Amino acid sequence: MLGLVEQERDPVQLQSKLARFELSVVPHMGAAYNLARWLTRNEHDAEDVVQEAYLRAYRFFEGFHGSDGRTWLLAIVRNTCYTWLQQNRKPTLELEEDIPELDSERSNPEALLLRSVDSEMLRQALDDLPVEFREAIVLRELEGLSYKEIGEVAGVPLGTVMSRLARARSRLQKTLKGRARQGGAA
Amino acid sequence: MSCDDAHMLLDAYVDGELDLLRGVEIEKHMKGCQACAGAVENLRALGTAMRNGGLYYPTPASLGPRLEKVLQRAGRSEAPPPRRFGWQLIAVAASLLLAVYFVARMIPGIPHDASNNLVAQETLDSHLRSLMPGHLTDVQSTDQHTVKPWFNGKLDYSPPVTDFASQGFPLTGGRLDSLSGRAVAVLVYQRRQHLINVYVWPAPGSADASVGESARQGYNMIHWTRGGMNWWIVSDVNSGELNSFANLLRAAPASVPPAP
Repeated sequence: MLGLVEQERDPVQLQSKLARFELSVVPHMGAAYNLARWLTRNEHDAEDVVQEAYLRAYRFFEGFHGSDGRTWLLAIVRNTCYTWLQQNRKPTLELEEDIPELDSERSNPEALLLRSVDSEMLRQALDDLPVEFREAIVLRELEGLSYKEIGEVAGVPLGTVMSRLARARSRLQKTLKGRARQGGAA
Repeated sequence: MSCDDAHMLLDAYVDGELDLLRGVEIEKHMKGCQACAGAVENLRALGTAMRNGGLYYPTPASLGPRLEKVLQRAGRSEAPPPRRFGWQLIAVAASLLLAVYFVARMIPGIPHDASNNLVAQETLDSHLRSLMPGHLTDVQSTDQHTVKPWFNGKLDYSPPVTDFASQGFPLTGGRLDSLSGRAVAVLVYQRRQHLINVYVWPAPGSADASVGESARQGYNMIHWTRGGMNWWIVSDVNSGELNSFANLLRAAPASVPPAP
């Protein structure tokens, strides 16, 4: 009889683990997929990465005691993406630390031009960013994460988040303005 | 603020990540600086374009079911040998389990592990929550005659409260918490720099159960049932000290019985 009680103990515990997991992690599947899709730049790979990330998350779930399941999950998705990128492609880590700040580009009053870019152009410009910049922008603009949360997901300090965002935007503006002008001329 | 200084902060300003003081400084600076004002306008336009650009990838409909399947498989592989029952078998197993459960409850000394495991996890979660700033005590007092009456009207029972300061476990306060959906009294004791949470709630109709001891995630837990009350204590003090504390609690006069 004792043996039976012993045997049945685990399923109950597991059920509660799965239930807690479903409550705090599963709702963020949309955010997980969006991030994975942007980082891998491929829909099938994104699905595979999300699946792998969820398995990892489930395995490590006992170590999760925070309240923010989204940030926790996104950090795992992000790391899974990087592992995947390393294994599958030449990493596009062309992080030159001193890209000249494009002051003139940044401050040209061309907001009107920026407003007129279409989403395909934006998508392309984002895809062309180095992966660290892309992840910062996606987490900030599409996911609405704070600098602190982005830092937690990417595992970098606040200052790095700030400079990555600034560089990413300055690159985006440069690309978009160039393309918009080309488009306008054509 | 110089233009260079301002320039470094424009993104954070647009993102609403600057503190009030620096935000005001930026705004002051922009009034006299066309370049920075223009840059902020550009950043805003870019942000709007991105947020309204339909850039968020919608999740494929197939992904949810796929994850569910994978997770269930993962859950099963953690469980004892995967078994596939027909419905009838499941029904038989369920009634058998129910029978075992009731028999096990009737025999003193056999801890009902399944429910204990749930309680253990919940108690530990609660303990960890209580260690966050401001969550530890609702009533802060080293006086058992202050702590005990504090629970009046908040619970349908009166928890036994004893101070063990002279034995090295001073009472520091109490709070209300909830376990398995019921309000529970928690007494907070201190052992040097360590905290001990003591959870007490009535166990109507339960026979006395002997002491069960376990360790989870680096915390020691001891529980028992006595005089119609469930006791769970959780702490990071070593198991020897926690055991002597448990002995003190059990030796204390089992003061007021639970209200009917």
